[in-house]
Amino acid sequence: MKSIVLKSPQETLNLGEKIGFILKPNDILLLTGELGAGKTTFVQGIAKGLNVKDFVTSPSYSLINEYEGTYHLFHIDLYRLETLSQIEELGITEYFLKDGVTIIEWAEKMENLLPKNGIRIKIEYAGENKRKIWLPLEFQALIK
Amino acid sequence: MLSNVIASQIEFHKKYGGIVPEVASRKHAEVINLVIQEALDKSKTTFKNIDAVAVTQGPGLIGSLLVGVCAAKSISYAMKIPLIAVNHLEGHMFANFLSSPLSFPSPSLMERGVPSQSRDGVRFPFISLIVSGGHTMIVKADKEYEILGQTRDDAAGEAFDKVARFLNLGFPGGPVIDQLAKQGNPHAIEFKRPMLEKEFGYDFSFSGIKTAVVNYVMRNTKNVTRDELRMTNYEDIVASFQQAVVDVLVEKTIRAAKAHKIKNICLAGGVSANSLLRKQFTEHGKKEKLNVFIPSIEYTTDNAAMIACAAYQKFLKKDFSDSLLRPSQRLKL
Repeated sequence: MKSIVLKSPQETLNLGEKIGFILKPNDILLLTGELGAGKTTFVQGIAKGLNVKDFVTSPSYSLINEYEGTYHLFHIDLYRLETLSQIEELGITEYFLKDGVTIIEWAEKMENLLPKNGIRIKIEYAGENKRKIWLPLEFQALIK
Repeated sequence: MLSNVIASQIEFHKKYGGIVPEVASRKHAEVINLVIQEALDKSKTTFKNIDAVAVTQGPGLIGSLLVGVCAAKSISYAMKIPLIAVNHLEGHMFANFLSSPLSFPSPSLMERGVPSQSRDGVRFPFISLIVSGGHTMIVKADKEYEILGQTRDDAAGEAFDKVARFLNLGFPGGPVIDQLAKQGNPHAIEFKRPMLEKEFGYDFSFSGIKTAVVNYVMRNTKNVTRDELRMTNYEDIVASFQQAVVDVLVEKTIRAAKAHKIKNICLAGGVSANSLLRKQFTEHGKKEKLNVFIPSIEYTTDNAAMIACAAYQKFLKKDFSDSLLRPSQRLKL
């Protein structure tokens, strides 16, 4: 994991877009970060990179939002879920087998159910409008 | 209205125990028959006296919707009565008609020129602001529904919930903030009113204002602890946050009413229980000489009465569904 500092929501959006552009079906992104860290902004960027035309709204209440772009995009948010059994009941693990890109916010809530091939990304508060983002090896070429 | 049973109500808990989170579809399956029986008992009636059964088709969580749809289909089939599918959002708008039973709307009667409304009731056409945890939209209701604008990221209710959670204020976030804000100065911090510029039309954005609150707290806890900040101005923070959200919601609704030359505006959805929103929606609406309608508090949360109310106009039009009815997670208005 390597981190860089993003200096504005626009930079978060831009990085998301670059990542979205290189994602492939069956990629699973696991996002962690506190409230207001910019997870949704980051996903909006990814959706742009995946050529999704709809507004990407927060799935906190709907739990799962689906979009059409270059590939299917499944945007999942575990924010409201309290127990592992609630997560299992929603059938979230089935999305890992669907032919699309899956992004899970608050992924740490289902630690034991996470797929081994999940790509972990962490966003942290680093000052007013500044965020630190931790990316795995495969994306580091994007942040030179 | 004979009965309106809600499984998450304290009264129901006391009798049957256990809470039913909206996300737990298994729990829904466990309690649905209890809820139905309780509703019949409270109404002092039986299935034999029911003329039709209505159910929420969506939008919502698919597991929970399925439980309701299956139950309704069973009743419809067993009792040979019509099945009526209702959009959850339409239900919220119709909560406004429950507050004034005499003015019950009936589009089919209106079409035939029969005045079915009293002077003080909601009339079509109207502009509705629907605000809840999952939705924030402005709808024009005339011969059909037209969504004029909606949130591009977080719903207003979600912003309340997340700000409350960030500040560790407890749950549910909406009522907690509503109460605490009463002791604060709503103009202490000028959070930017998001997307009020004309170019955004009637769309909303509440993700940024949530982040603005986070930024404000982080900025002001550099030299003091969170607890110290809490002592000094959490009231001001939530009052200012709430004011910013309400300002945008009310302003855009009134703008929509004026632009479409519609005199009636009504509030709908869970956040319509917020006291500042109710007050400002009413005051600003009246100042603009609009007819303002807000639902009774008891019908602001998700409930069956509002679904029945929306179903009644479909019943009059014989707009029925059949046994092939399927719930839809993202049902459009």
